[in-house]
Amino acid sequence: MHAHPRPIDRPFWSPGVLVMVSLMVAGGLALMTRYIGGLGFTTNLTDATPWGLWIAIDVASGVALAAGGFTTAALAHIFGRRAYEAVTRPALLTAALGYTFVALGVTIDVGRSWAIWKPVFFHNYNSALFEVAMCVMIYLTVLWIEMVPIVAERFGSKIRLLAWLDRTLDKFMWVFIILGVVLSCMHQSSLGTLLVIAPTKLDPLWYTPFMPLLFLLSAMSVGYPMVIVETNIATSSLKLDGEMDVLAPLSRFTILTLGIYLVVRIADLMARGQLGRIFECSSTSISFGVELFIGGILPWFLLLSSKVRRSRRGLFIVALCIVGGVLLNRINVFVVGFSPQTATHPYYPSIGEILVTLGALATIMFLYRLFITFTPVLSARSLKEVSQ
Amino acid sequence: MHLSRRGFLAFVGSTTALAQSKPALAWKSKAPSDPLGCLVDITRCIGCRKCEQACNEVNHLPEPEIPFDDPRVLSSPRRPNNTAYTVVNSYSTGKLDDQSKPIPNFVKIQCMHCQDPACVSACITGALTKLENGTVHYNVHRCIGCRYCMVACPFEIPAYDYFDPLTPEVRKCTFCLERLEEGKPPGCASICPTEAITFGRRETLLQLAHQRLEEDPGRYYNHIYGEHEAGGTSWLYIAGQPFHKLGFLDVPDAPLPQRSESIQHGLFSYLWSPIVLFGLLGLSMKLTHGQDKDNKEGK
Repeated sequence: MHAHPRPIDRPFWSPGVLVMVSLMVAGGLALMTRYIGGLGFTTNLTDATPWGLWIAIDVASGVALAAGGFTTAALAHIFGRRAYEAVTRPALLTAALGYTFVALGVTIDVGRSWAIWKPVFFHNYNSALFEVAMCVMIYLTVLWIEMVPIVAERFGSKIRLLAWLDRTLDKFMWVFIILGVVLSCMHQSSLGTLLVIAPTKLDPLWYTPFMPLLFLLSAMSVGYPMVIVETNIATSSLKLDGEMDVLAPLSRFTILTLGIYLVVRIADLMARGQLGRIFECSSTSISFGVELFIGGILPWFLLLSSKVRRSRRGLFIVALCIVGGVLLNRINVFVVGFSPQTATHPYYPSIGEILVTLGALATIMFLYRLFITFTPVLSARSLKEVSQ
Repeated sequence: MHLSRRGFLAFVGSTTALAQSKPALAWKSKAPSDPLGCLVDITRCIGCRKCEQACNEVNHLPEPEIPFDDPRVLSSPRRPNNTAYTVVNSYSTGKLDDQSKPIPNFVKIQCMHCQDPACVSACITGALTKLENGTVHYNVHRCIGCRYCMVACPFEIPAYDYFDPLTPEVRKCTFCLERLEEGKPPGCASICPTEAITFGRRETLLQLAHQRLEEDPGRYYNHIYGEHEAGGTSWLYIAGQPFHKLGFLDVPDAPLPQRSESIQHGLFSYLWSPIVLFGLLGLSMKLTHGQDKDNKEGK
């Protein structure tokens, strides 16, 4: 039986946290230039390539890599695999923080940040982006509602309102849990619909009407690997037990989900006669090859071995490959493979764009650390307890 | 438990596949039946850039760095941008005149005002609309600046005020909507000294274009760019050379919104798929909830 989640008993400030704070400051400064000089001053965006690093990483990859939230909730709460409850709280926290920064990422990327609320009142049901925006907005609310019990557990005795909110929400929590999964399926796939409208711009290595299905399947495949990666990083940096008794069996589900994704992906490439382009020697095809082989096929085969699944390091590396593969897929779709006919030169992110993205990532990690320090998120025991 | 999980995956898979297998049937064009348009006859254009100047004045755009009477800008290809909604480029295709000088082809570029515009379909708030008179109209008061219209446009036309930090706008040819509503042709068409731009009803312009192609097949390349491209556009072109040699973009004939709208509506009309999914997941939750109690009691 797993220990109940609890705040970790560590001092908050550490050298790692200070590194994060310095990245946050750098990102914040870069962000200021965007609101002084405009998007053109800070980013390398052009009329031909209007979406760049912020959309590819902060938004599209952010959504995909936060998939741990809905995939673990589905497993533990909906399909009744209670043994995996130990990982639902950290995954939920990652999703809540991840989506918060997806929303912030969109807000700084749109030209009229102050008008970000307008889609709530002005609807275009034909637009895949409208659906993504609505789902992300509602899902973000759902995620923070799901976070209430965790925060209330720690601070409920001091803040009465929180305790009351927790009791009230408790009766309906099942609605929010299911809603979270439904909303995730909706917008994970609709993110893939975004570029279906641009067949002349996206390279056929990625352009297919099946993009919505592929985006959904890859999000489902990356959910557990992402949980494995972040649990590993958190537990090893905090000297906690690695929770391999949960993570190793969890990774078996990924054999199925990643397998389905790879079958659909490769079948689609073959049906459209694109698979042979892997032998082209262009930067695009190399990026495609790395995505498919190192980020997909190789880790899938490695996962088949129970030896790899039971080794902490082996599992971490495999999970990292899958996370990297999905991340690269989103970058490939929105940046590398996106080549309009009038683009005079390829888009590369500017220093400012990179700093803002790194700053956002650092802030997510900073807040993650803050939450696990002060609220009951992690249930891993410390190494000292394990050895006793 | 296993069943419900598999069922869940199969369900999501099959619905997505289903929605994608039956697209073209359900999708309906929303194109206006009798829109206005312009026919550009590239063989008549002399590259005087008067249209650029008229556009600049009608739309109150900033004065250009190089004056409009300077023809040297024609030689290096330009694109419309946030300060110029139309530009003329010169293309030499290797054909020579009597004195063995290359014959230039002058090509005016602006928004094509598609019949089923990708930008209108993509726009998150409906800031872009296709009007009955044919204009693809931009309403800045709805715009949030997401630039999905620019991603979607197959002619790669919309430009952006990238250096405005707070109130940037999407910029493109307005079809001089106010003039159209007064019954006047757009600025560029009314100023053109060689009648290279003909303004009128799209159907009439198509007849005129076909007539010119038939009457003088030696002068024209046998294609009307915009008759079928992107499902048809309000602006049409005829030329003496194949269009790909004149900088025209390769654009499919199927209306761009057809596929994405079919997927969106197939999956989410009346929110049927989320509702079904919610029901199935709820059922699974209820079934496994009982199981959990058994386990706890067992322990």
